[in-house]
Amino acid sequence: MTDPDVSRLLEILPVYAKQGRPALIPVLQKAQEIYGYVSQPAAAAISRALRIPLAEVYGVIEFYSLLYSQPVGKTLIHVCNDPACAVAGADGVFKRMTKTLEFHLDQDSPTREITVERAPCLGLCEHAPALLIQSPHHVIDGAYEDLVSGTSSRHRTKIGGTVSILTANCGKGHPASLEEYQQNGGYLAIQKALQVQPEAVIQEVKTSGLVGRGGAAFPTGIKWEGCAREPEYPHYLVCNADEAEPGTFKDRVIMEDDPHRILEGILIAAYAIGAEKGYMYIRGEYVYPYQVMKTALDEARKAYLIGEHILGTDFSFELELRRGAGAYICGEETALFESIEGKRGFPRVKPPFPTRKGLFGKPTVINNVETLCNIPVIIQHGAAAYRQMGTEKSPGTKLFCLSGDINQPGLYEIPFGMTLREMIFQLAGGIRNQGSFQSALVGGAAGAFASANQLDAPLSFEGLRSFNLPLGSGVITVFDDSRSMPDILLRLAHFFKEESCGKCYPCQMGTQRQLEIMERMAENRLLPGDTERLSDLAATMTDASLCGLGQTASSAISSAMRLFPHLFKIMEG
Amino acid sequence: MTEIISLTIDSIPVSVPSGFTILKAAETVGIQIPTICFHEACTSNALCRICVVEVEGARTLIPACVAQVSEGMIVQTHSDRVQRARRTILEMLSSTVDLTDSPEILAMMNDYHADPERFPESNPREFDLLDDNPMYVRDYSKCILCWRCVQVCAEDAQYTHAINFSQRGFDTRIDTFYHITLPETTCVFCGQCVAVCPTGALKPKRQWLLETGYSPIEIMSLTRSKRNGNKSRIQPERKLP
Repeated sequence: MTDPDVSRLLEILPVYAKQGRPALIPVLQKAQEIYGYVSQPAAAAISRALRIPLAEVYGVIEFYSLLYSQPVGKTLIHVCNDPACAVAGADGVFKRMTKTLEFHLDQDSPTREITVERAPCLGLCEHAPALLIQSPHHVIDGAYEDLVSGTSSRHRTKIGGTVSILTANCGKGHPASLEEYQQNGGYLAIQKALQVQPEAVIQEVKTSGLVGRGGAAFPTGIKWEGCAREPEYPHYLVCNADEAEPGTFKDRVIMEDDPHRILEGILIAAYAIGAEKGYMYIRGEYVYPYQVMKTALDEARKAYLIGEHILGTDFSFELELRRGAGAYICGEETALFESIEGKRGFPRVKPPFPTRKGLFGKPTVINNVETLCNIPVIIQHGAAAYRQMGTEKSPGTKLFCLSGDINQPGLYEIPFGMTLREMIFQLAGGIRNQGSFQSALVGGAAGAFASANQLDAPLSFEGLRSFNLPLGSGVITVFDDSRSMPDILLRLAHFFKEESCGKCYPCQMGTQRQLEIMERMAENRLLPGDTERLSDLAATMTDASLCGLGQTASSAISSAMRLFPHLFKIMEG
Repeated sequence: MTEIISLTIDSIPVSVPSGFTILKAAETVGIQIPTICFHEACTSNALCRICVVEVEGARTLIPACVAQVSEGMIVQTHSDRVQRARRTILEMLSSTVDLTDSPEILAMMNDYHADPERFPESNPREFDLLDDNPMYVRDYSKCILCWRCVQVCAEDAQYTHAINFSQRGFDTRIDTFYHITLPETTCVFCGQCVAVCPTGALKPKRQWLLETGYSPIEIMSLTRSKRNGNKSRIQPERKLP
């Protein structure tokens, strides 16, 4: 292939050049969109325009799995490879697709039209098995069209549970428009918030006892207060919509069905912490949610809810939507900042914490989508009313993502406190195909397995902790007794190996060594000493890794070692 | 005006100015904490995690090269937890990287009773040696990804930005823009990356030729193109015992 013509790219570069380095990933995505990959001449043109050293531009392309430095097929098919899709037959889908392609390749053109890749969890677990198709034209009988437009053939997500506070506008088959959102009381909370001082808003959130829903469970009000008190400006508000924890799809559903709730939460948070600029970082694989958010943002801007002098007050706020580029690690807050800044998604050493030195080195609050969706509820109805829901130590409601071998996979909203058993057997209809319960992965790949003995664990932070389980991001992936645990563990190990950023040694090498041992286990040929090796790897990754990814990369496997020790015994003969 | 911080390291009371790292504070009382990626002249990234120590009250181990002292801190630099992490990191390194030119790490492995064969049937990181310029060779099979070369090539010293990373995770490698040869990059052959490389992954060409078996006279008589490595990856077809 000759050097591709970069003239189309050159036309659009000046727009990005003004923004400098933070525009790097958006412009690389644009180049990829035009040419299907980022060629060397394209990267060189970008380097010149944005004044970023060549080697660093290349380093960024190489870091993100959705950016390609080499030509790939015009149509890219990503087949999910993680547990919830695996139990729904993802391997068969992958094999069949690659077989069909081989057939076509023999028959047709020598150039690659289609590339099929195995992908990490695509966040469509309730519709498993999931595919993501990226293509400039229609393929596979229009399925592509359906997928990206989110209409016809995609099944509606089941919205269940015992309350619908956060999910009030979800499950209607279309995104709630600004009008619909307002009809149901939307944007009243921001009006209420703007009538009081920011400190009063923060106090209300503190009193509510709300803690972060992304997995770390840090008290939201305290985070806001820390940032609000920093004398250095500007302050930034970042919404973390880089949902990629295997088994998690809650943020995707809210983005698709009720985007204005998120925007309202963002607005209130920005007002409280004194931010005039914010970013929403949406996972790259979430093509449709990004489009929905974009439409909602335009609607809000037209209604003077975003921009200068919001609702006629002195409060001004601008929100920029960002798309990720294929890196689970960018869900880690500091790695996400690096990514917005146009760099490889390496997590930073903490302290300093984001509330002091966050995005662009400035005081920043970063909150998960679901966390922010709680804010309008708290402000509108008051912290006291909010605390009426849930338990003393875990106030409010929580979204749970149920998938795997259950009758009714979907998104369930409940007040904290119901047991795992009630959730699986009553709300979600129990195990499908009359199977029996073997285990559930609670909290995602970074979570832990629950056995039948732990089904009475209450779904609250403190309740789960007393059963040695994490709440994580609210994932419950259920496996019936026909499922091979070694196969599931292998997939989890593979996920972490693929998604480790490679910065710190424990995780960079530990995830690879852990994968090798899991491969041996799946092939039934564990070596003497492998359990001790696994234990040492787990202890070292948990204790010495730089960020949360490495610290939890062995969590699920360690829990399986405790629950199913027989799996780790060496087979005789 | 500097505030003095009092803390305890391995049961020894220590007083140092605020802003000191645990690593520096420990040095003042003669306690050695091992380091690999740390270099006085480079920005500390706390990435090798060999310097981790146990700080009372902390959930995880803490990297001594970047963590600052605080009043009343109680630090253990060689507890069982610490030793287990250090030993395992060294064992993983040994199964991943060719450490034959890393005497400091090999000595550390001895100190921590790390077994070089701890991880059998494991994939090492192996690459072809890159010999594309007259000044130095790059043998990334020996690279431990300490980042020092990338940093001195960038803001830590030279502002040349000739090298960065390709891939990520275990498969990360120090690389140029689309793997181009060093003479094609912005490299000015200042040699600072070679100077800070702790494992012989970057090596002066002359030293490498001597090790490969050439005599000083033979090296001088090599043609220019041969010393250049012909931009290809041809190794001087030579001996090695």
